[in-house]
Amino acid sequence: MKNRLQELFAEKQQEGLLSVYFTAGYPNLNDTESIILELEKNGVDLIEVGMPFSDPLADGPTIQQSSEVAIRNGMTIPLLFEQLRNIREKTQIPLVLMGYLNPVMQYGVERFCQKCKEVGIDGIILPDLPLADYVREFKSIFEENNLSKVFLITPQTPEQRIREIDSHTNGFVYMVSSASTTGSTNGKAVANTDYFQRVAQMGIQNPAMIGFGIHNRDTFVQACNHARGAIIGSAFIKALGQERSLQQNIQSFIHSLRN
Amino acid sequence: MNYIVDDNGFYGKFGGAYVPEMLYPNVEELRQNYLKIIYKPEFQKELQALLKDYVGRPTPLYFAKRLSERYNTKIYLKREDLNHTGAHKINNTMGQILLAKRLGKKRIIAETGAGQHGVATATVCALMGLECIVYMGEVDIERQAPNVARMKMLGASVVPATSGSKTLKDATNEAIRDWINNPEDTYYIIGSVVGPHPYPDMVARFQAVISEEMMAQLQEQTGRDYPDYVVACVGGGSNAAGAFYHYLDRPEVKLVAVEAAGLGIESGESAATSVLGKEGIIHGSRTLLMQTEDGQVVEPYSISAGLDYPGVGPLHAHLHQSGRAVFESITDDEALKAVLELTRLEGIIPALESAHALAALDRIGAKPEDVVVVNLSGRGDKDLATYLKRFHFDEE
Ligand SMILES: Cc1ncc(COP(=O)(O)O)c(C=O)c1O
Repeated sequence: MKNRLQELFAEKQQEGLLSVYFTAGYPNLNDTESIILELEKNGVDLIEVGMPFSDPLADGPTIQQSSEVAIRNGMTIPLLFEQLRNIREKTQIPLVLMGYLNPVMQYGVERFCQKCKEVGIDGIILPDLPLADYVREFKSIFEENNLSKVFLITPQTPEQRIREIDSHTNGFVYMVSSASTTGSTNGKAVANTDYFQRVAQMGIQNPAMIGFGIHNRDTFVQACNHARGAIIGSAFIKALGQERSLQQNIQSFIHSLRN
Repeated sequence: MNYIVDDNGFYGKFGGAYVPEMLYPNVEELRQNYLKIIYKPEFQKELQALLKDYVGRPTPLYFAKRLSERYNTKIYLKREDLNHTGAHKINNTMGQILLAKRLGKKRIIAETGAGQHGVATATVCALMGLECIVYMGEVDIERQAPNVARMKMLGASVVPATSGSKTLKDATNEAIRDWINNPEDTYYIIGSVVGPHPYPDMVARFQAVISEEMMAQLQEQTGRDYPDYVVACVGGGSNAAGAFYHYLDRPEVKLVAVEAAGLGIESGESAATSVLGKEGIIHGSRTLLMQTEDGQVVEPYSISAGLDYPGVGPLHAHLHQSGRAVFESITDDEALKAVLELTRLEGIIPALESAHALAALDRIGAKPEDVVVVNLSGRGDKDLATYLKRFHFDEE
């Protein structure tokens, strides 16, 4: 049976899918459900829920700070699962959990995957879980629980490794836009069209989504020209920090991207 | 039992390379090349010449007579404090800078805690004419000011790390992020036996010169090439790895690793990872680290910036778990007492880090006829402001 993520990519042939990342527990501890429902209402196609970590190596200042606030607010993996317990009664939008390996390891990878299935999570992104370890130790557990494991590739990833990653993935390939941590707005995000085209021409089995540094309508549209869609994280988290209500912040940000 | 890293980069169950894909090509490039390059005769020739003529190796092995009388055993000090730049750190930076050059890298980055690794990196960069950026926690910039001045003097940029506890862990995070942002022209010189494979093994190999020299010096001075004890402090664990290296497979040598207890193990202000840590992932390595039940890294504390780190290198996690090394922890106050003791008995002002190893001397149970080597990893110049204040010399 396909999970919601696989269904999204299989059925929705339209391009320009929008995936939004937010850090669970930010700005307030119990905003998780409201943010998910509001994003869905505004036409977002899939959501990445960040599990905050104290030392997020691949993240720039915005996600570092949202993680710090979320941890201080009291966000933990058990609490996140508690918050998501009834989410499938309210929405069928594909949900992916994203975080670093250590907190998941402490929770227990198998228990984590079972719990994901129980609450209705469709995919997992753990940037610091090596492909080889995943294949050796965890792949069967992910598959038993119908979870897509999403891997990152970068402009420096050799073709052979992209093919290997693709062969172990069953959701989408996360194309990191440029050599960068999250949230940089230095203009490099959509500049590397050679890389986008190279990957597009490889004919990999999974759809690709472009993320890191996508922060406004212009960069979103350009990224969508080269992949099935794009992922926005830091720019959304900045929008959540604006003064208006959560609903207003989300609505105006998503509208600024799509209309 | 084998204590050398296996083909997959593990010491027992510790080690590996848990890095995001952005760093995979860099780490893989190093993994495939480091042994090939560093054991080439021309590489070794250049390195050995620099260690001898520039760094000042071999460092003396000094029989500390008055300290020995005080502890009723035979104490030898391996004088890493006499290296150029004042600590063992340059053994590693000299090796890595030669590797970086051969890999064609133009820009060097490093993290530093006490500033000794930063100074040692800035020094070799000046020597080789390479750009140098050092990340250092804001707290450490303050408490190790002389080293910040030295780095600047040497032409390095010192970038403050302002997140978390603003110490070594956070400086390491920033250095790793820099590497992610600059994957092609930049070489990351890690300062201890931490980080993703192959760093722990590579740094241990460059520091192994310490125990290599010890063997010859002990042979000459005691008629035996091994001591009964080797005692070294452990932040990430590079000086200890170097001092232990050639004795790892010799069970007749007791290895003592000394961590910083800060204000005390139970105080919540400590860096004693072997006692307070659990298995997890930090800075790309599976090892012991101080963390909450939820897997968040705990902010450590020690008066000694070089030991103020919430993890240990994977080799040390393995030595701890296998029982090959004994781990001790020493509080701030005990370390300070050891500073003054060595200064007044032997006329040597040690670094705060090294003083932790000295303070463990009355814990190890050495007998009068035993030979004990303490690795004196660095000198105390950088800590003088702390010493003046804590010993109230500034009031006289
Ligand atoms: C003099 C000295 N000793 C020891 C250390 C701790 O490092 P390691 O545990 O890697 O030897 C430092 C680190 O800054 C240092 O400066």
